[in-house]
Amino acid sequence: MDERSRNEVSPPHHHLMKLELRLAPPGADEQQQHWSRTTTKRHDDSSSVLSLGYFPHHHATIKASPSPSSSPQQAPLPLQNNNNNNNNNNNADKKVFSPSSANTAVPNISQKRTAPGPVVGWPPIRSFRKNLASSSSSKPPPPPPEHHNKVVPAAAALDKNNNSYGGKGMFVKINMDGVPIGRKVDLNAYDSYENLSNAVDQLFRGLLAAQRDNSSGGSGVNKLQEEEKVITGLLDGSGEYTLVYEDNEGDRMLVGDVPWHMFVSTVKRLRVLKSSELSAFTLGGNKQDKDAT
Amino acid sequence: MTHSGSSLPDLPNSTSTSGPMSEIRSPPPDRVLEIVLENVLHFLTCRRDRNAASLVCRSWYRAEALTRSDLFIGNCYAVSPHRATSRFRRVKSLTVKGKPRFADFDLLPLNWGANFSPWGSALADSYPWLEKLHLKRMSLTDDDLDLIARSFPSFKELVLVCCEGFGIAGIASIAANCRLLRVLDLVESVVEVADEDEEVMDWISCFPEGETHLESLMFECVDCPVNFEALEGLVARSPFLKKLRLNRFVSIPQLYRLMHRAPQLTHIGTGSFCASDDVAVGDQEPDYASAFAACKSLVCLSGFRDILPDYLPAIYPACANLTSLNLSYADVNADQLKPVILQCHKLQTLWVLDSICDEGLQAVAATCKDLRELRVFPVNTREEVEGPVSEVGLEVISQGCRKLQSILFFCQRMTNAAVIAMSKNCPDLVVFRLCIIGRYRPDPETQEPMDDGFGAIVMNCKKLTRLAVSGLLTDQAFRYIGMYGKLVRTLSVAFAGDSDQGLKYVLEGCPNLQKLEIRDSPFGDAALRSGLHHFYNMRFLWMSSCKLTRQACQEIARTLPHLALEVIDSQEDKADDHIEILYMYRSLDRPRNDAPKCVTILQ
Repeated sequence: MDERSRNEVSPPHHHLMKLELRLAPPGADEQQQHWSRTTTKRHDDSSSVLSLGYFPHHHATIKASPSPSSSPQQAPLPLQNNNNNNNNNNNADKKVFSPSSANTAVPNISQKRTAPGPVVGWPPIRSFRKNLASSSSSKPPPPPPEHHNKVVPAAAALDKNNNSYGGKGMFVKINMDGVPIGRKVDLNAYDSYENLSNAVDQLFRGLLAAQRDNSSGGSGVNKLQEEEKVITGLLDGSGEYTLVYEDNEGDRMLVGDVPWHMFVSTVKRLRVLKSSELSAFTLGGNKQDKDAT
Repeated sequence: MTHSGSSLPDLPNSTSTSGPMSEIRSPPPDRVLEIVLENVLHFLTCRRDRNAASLVCRSWYRAEALTRSDLFIGNCYAVSPHRATSRFRRVKSLTVKGKPRFADFDLLPLNWGANFSPWGSALADSYPWLEKLHLKRMSLTDDDLDLIARSFPSFKELVLVCCEGFGIAGIASIAANCRLLRVLDLVESVVEVADEDEEVMDWISCFPEGETHLESLMFECVDCPVNFEALEGLVARSPFLKKLRLNRFVSIPQLYRLMHRAPQLTHIGTGSFCASDDVAVGDQEPDYASAFAACKSLVCLSGFRDILPDYLPAIYPACANLTSLNLSYADVNADQLKPVILQCHKLQTLWVLDSICDEGLQAVAATCKDLRELRVFPVNTREEVEGPVSEVGLEVISQGCRKLQSILFFCQRMTNAAVIAMSKNCPDLVVFRLCIIGRYRPDPETQEPMDDGFGAIVMNCKKLTRLAVSGLLTDQAFRYIGMYGKLVRTLSVAFAGDSDQGLKYVLEGCPNLQKLEIRDSPFGDAALRSGLHHFYNMRFLWMSSCKLTRQACQEIARTLPHLALEVIDSQEDKADDHIEILYMYRSLDRPRNDAPKCVTILQ
């Protein structure tokens, strides 16, 4: 890791260095130097915090009288200033520094602090806390169980590890009427509605047959014929089943209505419904032109 | 408690060792002493005391082994299940911990191990009377849970913390089969949720009809909708229920109903704490505060998973009695927090997000004079120049909360002065974990490393047993730790130190060190070798992205045969001998055979 080059500096070395402030990320410079721990903490070479660009906004504030617990050499302990700041955002104006540290020398360092790339496992916070943070107040509440709408809001569409969908592998859930166990399909693996339709057929053909075997209601005569029946006509309303999807606004749409790429960008989940039940939904006419790309 | 005819060595008329004989006639004189001892040892509950007792002599060892009913296995690979069950014959309660903590932060490959199955089968064979099982960072399957559910007729308590690998089916099996179940606590575990709508197994309905023995039900981490009607029914027929932690699929009106059903609750995890979709705020809603007023024994509140801060005032009636409040999923600001916190005079434990800012911390410091534990988590985990909490907040807390024992504090900036202040104001500190999110950050006021701050902590906090360091740190910081941190048992180090000397200070200076986890620090082979005298006393050592070579690890493995050195490397071909991860632990048994390909166990 890049940090190693930084750590090549041997211990005695840093005592020789002048006080130089570096804020570049680790590894960005070949030789990063330590801060000297001399007692002359504030001498001409020390930078004012302001000039670093590290703390862009500052108010000179009330200098706190040193509390009994601080050591006499230390700067007086800062008190919060009285500007009420109600945001959750960075409150740079609350930060205090003692006036004596504000001097004129500008250090010879880069003032720009480039944000370092993300480091695995840093900061040490469990993933469910991280995801919470990024979506905190914007996350819509999940529907309560008695709600008949079974669609899970997009923000709550989480996989097992509580990661949002997206990125490589566009997995969406797909359920079929009569089959209790849903599956997932990776839409990135298909480039057309035909391919998707074939895949759905492959996925559910066996499951459907198994369900029919297991169901007590099937008539004995038809059972044999229903072994592994190919599922066709998903897209044109001609088959026993029709493929529909739910988009990012929670609406149910027939698959095949819109250009493929548009479908992929708005689809949230898929369903394979019995064609006979389609009339329950107010979709446009059952027969749509397929737009295969 | 009698000596059952188990195959334990029985002494003839002397206290010297003999081969295994199982003869019980009328007890010889020193057997009487053993029987007395067993009865006395029953009163020893603390495992450290028992460990000490077991070292006195062989007869004490035997008596202690027979009477230990609470077995704690700190590392599932330190002993084989067989060894554990052979020694301890009458265990009713077992705790097993698996993966090292850094697994929580994705530093350990998936499928690394900590599989419960071998333990499951051993337990089923040896402890049919098992009542309690606590697992932490273990990997267990639905089948494992099913085995537990069916193997132990007296089973009362299942606690899974940070576990994974199982799903709803396993939980349902526990619910259905453990008729005497009192505690089902699923905490921060990853539960496989097969489907999110009606296909989800309704595990709540799997609890049997009739009155239950449930005292604690925690399912906050089971991230799928529950059958609310069944849940309400379950709560209504669980008169002993004291602790209930709901998941985010339970809305506030539902919580309201549950609380009125179970006013005896002492610990509540509120679920989402916002309304369901079809109710607008303020529109003919029940008086939620009345629910909190009704639960007069309420001492612990958590949850608030999707909080609408408008609802927060509902908890006011409970605040005066609260000893524990967890708002760490609630993005509330200082103004929203203050009216709550100003009523929480008895608060001892507080977990919050840094959205409350230093101002919110000031309110905490002003009111919560009895505070023992504080955790401040970051909303924004990126490395930033500034953050909402800082040395100001830490300082203020240290001045107001003098009884503080445990602190976990994430921030973007911190000064030595504030840390030193805390070391002096809070002498009772046992746990001090400071995480300055920006790596290698110095004290922004003095530009010094953070050595002196942490030095003051180890120097002044004489009871300190757990320490996590951050910020810019030189070897000097570790010199302080080695010098003063004599009671430190757990140490976490990241992006710190200059050279091998740093780690040497710690390994040579901290006699009580048991758990050491280090990442991205320049410690190499020489440093590692300096700990040879101590490694058998440790539970584990973790070093990742340091400067260790495979050769050095191999040497150590040869020198210390009861040490397992797991070298974990993601890359097959390495240009040099440096390793990515070393996970090292003492083990009485031969190396495990369930490791994935990327793990090499040196012995």
